[in-house]
Amino acid sequence: MISHFLNLEWKQYFRSAHWQKGIALKIIMGFFVLYFLIVFLAIGVGGYFLLRKKFPDSDPLQIVNSYLLFAVLGDLIFRYLMQKLPIMNIKPLLILPIKKSKLVHYVLGKSAFSIFNILGLFIYIPFSFVLIKEGYNTAGVLGWLLTMILIIQSSNFLNFLINKNNKALIVIAGTLVTLIGLQNFGLVDVVGFGGQIFDGIYANPIYSLLGIILLASLYQLNYKQLSNQVYLDEAVATKVQEANTADLSWANRLGDVAPFIKNDIRLIWRNKRTKTVFLMSFLFLFYGLIFFTQETYQKMPAMLMFASLFITGGFTLNYGQFIPAWDSAHYKMLMSQSFRYRKFLESKWVLMVSMTTILYLLSFPYLYFGTKIFLMITAGAIFNIGFNSLFLLYAGSFNRKRIDLTKGGFGNTQGTSATQFLVIVPLMLFPMLIFWVFDKFVGYNSGFIVVAAIGIISLLLKNYAMNFIEKKYIKDKYVMINAFGKEA
Amino acid sequence: MITIDNISKKYGKTEVLNVSTIDIPTGQSFGLVGNNGAGKTTLFNILLDLIRPTTGAITNHEVVVNKSEEWKSFTGSFIDESFLIGYLTAEEYFDFIGDLRGMNKADVAKFISQFDEFFNDEIVGKKKYLRDLSKGNQKKAGIVAAMMGNPQVVILDEPFANLDPTTQIRLKTIIKELTENRDITVLISSHDLTHVTEVCERIVVLDKGNVVKDIETSAETLKELESYFSV
Repeated sequence: MISHFLNLEWKQYFRSAHWQKGIALKIIMGFFVLYFLIVFLAIGVGGYFLLRKKFPDSDPLQIVNSYLLFAVLGDLIFRYLMQKLPIMNIKPLLILPIKKSKLVHYVLGKSAFSIFNILGLFIYIPFSFVLIKEGYNTAGVLGWLLTMILIIQSSNFLNFLINKNNKALIVIAGTLVTLIGLQNFGLVDVVGFGGQIFDGIYANPIYSLLGIILLASLYQLNYKQLSNQVYLDEAVATKVQEANTADLSWANRLGDVAPFIKNDIRLIWRNKRTKTVFLMSFLFLFYGLIFFTQETYQKMPAMLMFASLFITGGFTLNYGQFIPAWDSAHYKMLMSQSFRYRKFLESKWVLMVSMTTILYLLSFPYLYFGTKIFLMITAGAIFNIGFNSLFLLYAGSFNRKRIDLTKGGFGNTQGTSATQFLVIVPLMLFPMLIFWVFDKFVGYNSGFIVVAAIGIISLLLKNYAMNFIEKKYIKDKYVMINAFGKEA
Repeated sequence: MITIDNISKKYGKTEVLNVSTIDIPTGQSFGLVGNNGAGKTTLFNILLDLIRPTTGAITNHEVVVNKSEEWKSFTGSFIDESFLIGYLTAEEYFDFIGDLRGMNKADVAKFISQFDEFFNDEIVGKKKYLRDLSKGNQKKAGIVAAMMGNPQVVILDEPFANLDPTTQIRLKTIIKELTENRDITVLISSHDLTHVTEVCERIVVLDKGNVVKDIETSAETLKELESYFSV
C-alpha cells in the first residue's frame, strides 16, 4: 500500500506544473533553490562562529537556546498562516477499497515531510555538527538536535489542530506577545527561562524523550480529529469563497474602456496571484531604500537608475508582462464579442499608467534623499509610463502560456516563458545603459533628460504604437486562442 | 442566413472537418448531431472565427466571418465554461457582456429578469463567483449571456448537457420562442437525440468531419437517428 502512495506522490510531484516548463526556467529555479539552501547552510555553519566572535564571553549554544522559545512560537504563527494540511489529495482515494485509517495516516505522515519541517533542519543539523566538532558533548548535542526535530514535528501537528480553531491562534499569539512583554519590562526573565530548558536538555539528553511523548499525543489528537472528518462536506470540502461585490460604477466615467477596467480591478482583487502582484508593487516602492542608503551604489548611477525604475514600475512590470495571459481562461469568449481590440489593450494601458502614477505620488518621500535621486525616480516614472507600458503591451502579444488564476500566488511561475526574460532587456537594461552613457560622457543631468525624453516621445507616439500593437494582436489571435486553450 | 461553403480543417495530415455546403436560412433552428470527435465544436469554432479553416469560408448574414468582425455584434454564443469569467459573479458577468453589447445596467436587469424561472433562484443574488457554481448553473448563466443584446444568431454547444430535467424543458421552450418569429437563427449541437429532434426543425449529422445526414425534422426523425447511431 505504502508503495502505491509513494508512487502517487512521485507522479504528483514530477507531473506538477512546476516541472512542465522550459529548461531555462528550470535552471533558474534550480539556482534559486540552491541559493536558499546555501544561505541556510551558511547560517547553520557560520552561526556558531559569528556568535562566538560577537559575544566572546558567552557560550554560543546558550545564546541560541535562550531565543529558541521565540523561534518556536514564531514558526507556529508562520505555519498557521502558510501551511495547510494537504487533505484534498485523498479525494480520489475515498471511494477505493482502502481503509480510512490508512488514508488519514497517509495524509498526516506525508505532512511530516513538508518543506516547513525540512527547512529548519538545514540550520539545526550543520549547527549541531559544528558544536560536536568544537568539542561539545556528543550525546548532549544529539539530544538537543533530536529535541529540535521533535519540536518541529510537534509544531507541524499542533498547527493542523489550531488551523481549524481561531481561539488556539489567539492563545498562541497572546502567549508570544506576553512573553515578549514580560521580557521587555523585565518582569520575568523569559529568555533565561527558555534558555534553561534547552540547556537542561543538552546537559541531560534523556529529557529529549519527553518530546516523543508530546509528538505522539499530538499525532494521536490529529488522527482522532481527522478520522471523523473524512467526508466531502467536512475536511475534504472545497472551500467556496463568498463573493464580495464592490460598487465600481465610478469607473464608468472612463468611457469605452470602463467595462474592461472594472473587470481588471475584479481580476486583480479576486485572484491570489494577481493580488500578490498588486500588493507586491507597493513593496517595490521601498526598493530604493536598499540602493540609496548604501555608499557603494552612489558611484554606480546605472544601478540607481535600475532602482528608480523599479520604485514606480513594480505594477507595470509584474502585471504588464503577463498581458493578455491574465485573460487566457476566457480569451475565446472575449474574441467572440463585438468590441474593438483597441479598447481591451487601452484598458490595460490605462491600468498600468494609473498604477505607475499612484506609485510615483507615493514615492515623494524619496525627496529626503535629495533632488538628484528624486529626479531619477521621476525620469524612471516617465519612462515606465511612456515606454514600458507600451512595450509590455507589445511584448504581451508573444505570450503563449495560459495562466490558471485559481492557482496560488507566491512563487507561481505559470505563464512564464522566454518572453519574460527577453523583455527585461529593453525594459530595464536599455534605460540603464542610456542613462549610464549620457551620464558618463555628456554630464549628469543629460542622463535624466534622455531617459525622460524617451518616455515622453513614446507617449506622444502612443496612438501610432497602439495601431501597430493592435494589428499584431489581431494577427496572432488564432495562435493565442489555441495556446491559451491548452491546460497550463 | 448562414452559408457554410467548402469548409475543411486539417491538423497535419488528419482531416477533422470537411463540409461541402450547408445553407442555414434566417430563423431556422438548426441542430448538429454526432459522436465525440465528429467535428461539431470545430465547426462552431470556425463559425465564431476562433479557429481558421484550412479551406473555405463561412458567411454569416453577408459577413465573411474571418474577413470582417461585423458578425460579432449580432451573434451570441456559448461554447463551454471558458466563455465565462470565473472570478465574476453572475450579475457582474451579465453587466460586462451587456456593456460590450451596448446595453445599460437597466437594460441588463430587465433582460435578466425574464429568466427568473430558468435560473430557479440559483444564479442571481447568490454571492458566489461563477467558478464556484455547479456545472449546470454555469451553463445556465452562459446560455442566457449568449442571448443578450438582441442577437440574430445564437450558437449553443451542448446546451442540454449538465442541466437538470426541469431546466432542460425550460430551455427547450426558450429556444422555441427564439425562433418563433423567424428572425433569430439558432444553432445547437447535442448528444441527446430526443432534445434536438424536439427543438430543431433541421438536423445535420456529422461523422468524422463529414455530413452524413441532413434531415428536416419529422415524426420519424428520432427513430431514424436512433437507428443510425445504434451501430
